[in-house]
Amino acid sequence: MKRAAAAVAALTAALTLTACGGDEDGAIHVFAAASLTEAFTEIGEDFERANPDASVVFSFAGSSTLAAQIGEGAPADVFASADAATMDTVVGDGHASEAETFARNRLVIAVPEGNPDGIAGLGDLAGPGLRVAVCAHAVPCGAASQTALEAAGVELTPATYETDVKATLAKLTLGEVDAALVYRSDVQADRDGVDAVAFAEADAAVNDYRVAVLTEAANPDAAEAFVAHLGSEAALETLTAEGFRTP
Amino acid sequence: MTAPAAPTDRRRGPHRRRIPVALLVPALLGLAFLVLPLLGLLLRAPWSTMPERLTEPGVLAALWLSLRTATAATVLSLVLGIPLAWLLARVDFRGRSLVRALVTVPLVLPPVVGGVALLLVFGRSGPVGSRLDEAFGITLPFSTAGVVMAMTFVAMPFLVVSVEGALRGADVRFEEAAATLGAGRWTVFTRVTLPLIAPGIAAGTVLCWARALGEFGATITFAGNFPGRTRTMPLAVYLALETDLEAAIVLSLILLAVSVIVLASLRDRWTAAP
Repeated sequence: MKRAAAAVAALTAALTLTACGGDEDGAIHVFAAASLTEAFTEIGEDFERANPDASVVFSFAGSSTLAAQIGEGAPADVFASADAATMDTVVGDGHASEAETFARNRLVIAVPEGNPDGIAGLGDLAGPGLRVAVCAHAVPCGAASQTALEAAGVELTPATYETDVKATLAKLTLGEVDAALVYRSDVQADRDGVDAVAFAEADAAVNDYRVAVLTEAANPDAAEAFVAHLGSEAALETLTAEGFRTP
Repeated sequence: MTAPAAPTDRRRGPHRRRIPVALLVPALLGLAFLVLPLLGLLLRAPWSTMPERLTEPGVLAALWLSLRTATAATVLSLVLGIPLAWLLARVDFRGRSLVRALVTVPLVLPPVVGGVALLLVFGRSGPVGSRLDEAFGITLPFSTAGVVMAMTFVAMPFLVVSVEGALRGADVRFEEAAATLGAGRWTVFTRVTLPLIAPGIAAGTVLCWARALGEFGATITFAGNFPGRTRTMPLAVYLALETDLEAAIVLSLILLAVSVIVLASLRDRWTAAP
């Protein structure tokens, strides 16, 4: 009985310790907006090649979710948000002192390859029988969508308000909607089967992607190095290739 | 192991014996682990602004939708799940253990994957969904019916498992006696079996309803998120978390309070019955 209890305790300890052992050996924990998934994964690999001692661990989710997690003390070193407003709340709460813009993104209308419904602009989305997915207002891509729709004067009743931009695009790739309002970079990342329709009102809703080293960072130096790496030639090239604009 | 208790104590039964520390300590730790996070919610709740937050129209719409859909999913689970449990417990057929394993798959499947699977079959390009759309003009994703389906998919196994357990535990001799007296299988089922396993059905219903009420992953994947139509309480909580932690806590507390009230009152009624 005692031996069994000890075995259970040892096993539990071993499992939990190995699960979070990464913190001690210098990994940089980067919390990044879902739309940065492809670009940052590539940039992270590039950074690890250039700095063999370093390892980067990403957590991708909606910017606001990540900001809330940081507010509750999640162990992150770097935060990259998909808009300025989300970063402002993190800076305002004292979790970061300064943030810089490292990329910009524009909205596009994602449609199935070949654009079967012939969508040419935001106005077409409000057409009868058309199913559209957009991001919820609470996340940056949703705020941008709302701004763009207001700029175009279009009243849109979408089929669904998704919680992040990847989920919004997934509804299109699964064939459940006819169009989705997402970032240019998402369509670039999801090359197969999806086309992008650019529209003029996207200019009214350009997102600034901001990055900051967090004040609670366990690895401030390595975190600084990663943020500096975002300005490197190679990183800028990756961001451009993924559909972002660089400042 | 230790000195035997006095004879007077022994007659009062096991309740008077000392509880072994090896059981008491983990039991209390387990209880604390389950209860502390709830206390955390209560402590962080914005009690001063609670009245205004409770009466926001979005909150009531989400709560009403959650209660309706969870109840509909439970009814659907009862209609389909009790016969399924009966089949698994009472009919000997080839591959029964495989079928039983398949029934429990939604218990271990991440609900988001369940939602994608539902989309692949009942979505508008899925084999069933496309035919429903062509024949009747019915599309299930992004509809309230879609919410009920997602909930049923994840919650029905709880009902099937507990009803099947009750059926296996029930004494078959009552059913056999009824059969020898000339009752058909259907009569035996409705007059003998169902009353016999009523407590098991009640427990399964409670589990099923609670699981449906808290359903998130399959719902947001299959039914999407639209206020009043598919935005149930758990979806509202997740969205509120994006902007306003306090609002998320308030919504969670409402969900918690409603489920505790409903479950506690049902439990009492059922366990009080003979």
